[in-house]
Amino acid sequence: MRKKNKIRIMGINPRRFDRTQIKFYLYLIPIVLLTALPIIFIFSNAFKPLDELLVYPPKFITTRPTLDNFRNLSATSANKAIPMSRYLFNSIFTTLAVMVLTLLITVMTAYCMSKKQYRLKNFLFGVNEAALMFVPVAVAIPRYMIVYGMGMIDSIFAHIIPLVALPVGLFLVKQFIDSFPNEVVEAAQIDGAGDFYILRKIVVPNITPALATVAILAFQSSWNSLEASNYYINNEALKNFAFYMTTLTATSGNANTIAGLGVQAAGTLIMFVPNLILFIILQSRVMNTMSHSGMK
Amino acid sequence: MNESRSESRKVWKMVSSLPRRTVQSANRHSVFWLQLPFVLLFITFIIIPILVAIGLSFTDFNSIEAPNFVGLDNYVTILTDDSTFMEFALPNTIAFAVIVGAGGYILSFFMAWSLAQVTRIPRTVMAVILYSPSMTSGVMLSTVWQVVFAGDKVGYLNALLLKLDIIQKPILWLSDGTYLLPIMIVVSLWSSMGIGFLAMLAGILNVDKDLYEAAYIDGVTNRFQEIVYVTIPAVRPQMLFGAIMAIVNTFQNGSIGVLLSGANPTPGYAGQLLVTHVEEHAFVRYEMGYGAAVSVILLILVWVISQIAKKLFADKE
Repeated sequence: MRKKNKIRIMGINPRRFDRTQIKFYLYLIPIVLLTALPIIFIFSNAFKPLDELLVYPPKFITTRPTLDNFRNLSATSANKAIPMSRYLFNSIFTTLAVMVLTLLITVMTAYCMSKKQYRLKNFLFGVNEAALMFVPVAVAIPRYMIVYGMGMIDSIFAHIIPLVALPVGLFLVKQFIDSFPNEVVEAAQIDGAGDFYILRKIVVPNITPALATVAILAFQSSWNSLEASNYYINNEALKNFAFYMTTLTATSGNANTIAGLGVQAAGTLIMFVPNLILFIILQSRVMNTMSHSGMK
Repeated sequence: MNESRSESRKVWKMVSSLPRRTVQSANRHSVFWLQLPFVLLFITFIIIPILVAIGLSFTDFNSIEAPNFVGLDNYVTILTDDSTFMEFALPNTIAFAVIVGAGGYILSFFMAWSLAQVTRIPRTVMAVILYSPSMTSGVMLSTVWQVVFAGDKVGYLNALLLKLDIIQKPILWLSDGTYLLPIMIVVSLWSSMGIGFLAMLAGILNVDKDLYEAAYIDGVTNRFQEIVYVTIPAVRPQMLFGAIMAIVNTFQNGSIGVLLSGANPTPGYAGQLLVTHVEEHAFVRYEMGYGAAVSVILLILVWVISQIAKKLFADKE
């Protein structure tokens, strides 16, 4: 019994490898590989030369990597009036704007909800918690009408403004600030520090993991978003890269040319890699935030 | 301006003589201004759209003429006269939600728990890989999988099956309705380990080790009991968050059928879900009022399922 306890205590989050862990690897590794497979395909396809894309049986890993597909990707759009770089620029610009604005208003609101006393506080947090269940695509029609009513049709702001209020972000940041002692904030207030000073010098430096997490969530919601390009913007020059990707796939349907497959893979890689890099850089902070994500 | 300043100074004097706790209530103005941007945007893009959708659902709005009030007509039509809804959109959504929502959730928990049993570095690498598909929402999801499910013999799945002599000629996986829904489910399961998965993993890693020790002294003898009596109760708050995220993602990814097949409606309506049903009526046929009624049903469905999840994970003490 005594010995068994020891093994158990090593069970969760072990420091060292031991034989009892082998059984987990036996199924974890196959599942992880299976998960990674489609992503490996895309990497491989993106760098395949044309003739290899045509080969039957298909080669899983290319032997002669080339950048042809990326060249073709920009050539495809060269046939149209708008170059690919324009879509990419729109995506980068609007995503950065969404990230900055989301972080700003989320921190300000979460700080109030966590460290201030006022009457509507619990009500507002409750409403936000309910909004975690909100599915934006379900209300695409009224959102269109509001964007229209605000005069944002065919404006770059249509990419940005509708995405800035992020309920999940507010929820996570508020929970994170809760774990930060009230006394420190109160002491600063008694010393006469203003809210912006407290936010800048005390709150923000202590909640960087939560901010990193919100940054990632905001990045994903904006970078992958088709809502604005599909519904709010008719001007081709203001659409984003995610939309450009759909033109590569949707118009040709399944009658895809083989060349199209390589171009799509190259485009997908451009969409995917920034997501992946951002997450790898920030993953330990995200995990730190997620331990505060509990709901009552 | 001066008046309000002297006013707030007066308030400040009053509260500083009170116990510490009430000092916080002094700065009413800043509470208002700090929260204003978020609250305004929240109301504009979340609350009002929901209210407008409810309002529109009682009209015959077609985006050109002024809407007429038609009472419950739209809802009656959906429930009695919309064969696409009853035959495809609703049953597909339920099948999709049960398998992808519930199945994906259980899979996420199981994978999170398994990852917590191994050392840090391999765990981190595997967690990143498992999480990465959830970053490929929308259009990426379809391009990634079109490589596998391409309808000609160069498609990876066709090539594999041809080689193994299981099929004689390539199958049109995506443009033939027969396989669309199962493929949508596979693809969505693949991408279901999102932030809910990370939350549960973080939660499991933070469970106090003394709890396990105490449990074993109290007579827990195997891993299964350990999960039921220690892990799940301790991680319950994160599990609820994970459940809500799973439900929302399931419905959010509703356009996957349209993205994979490249058409709305999907071939033979095989991949039609509530979300695509809304989009078809609203943005293909311009029946905005009708589409709004479907979206209200969708929101109610999400809300009801979330409430069930909350009941399930509520503190039972």
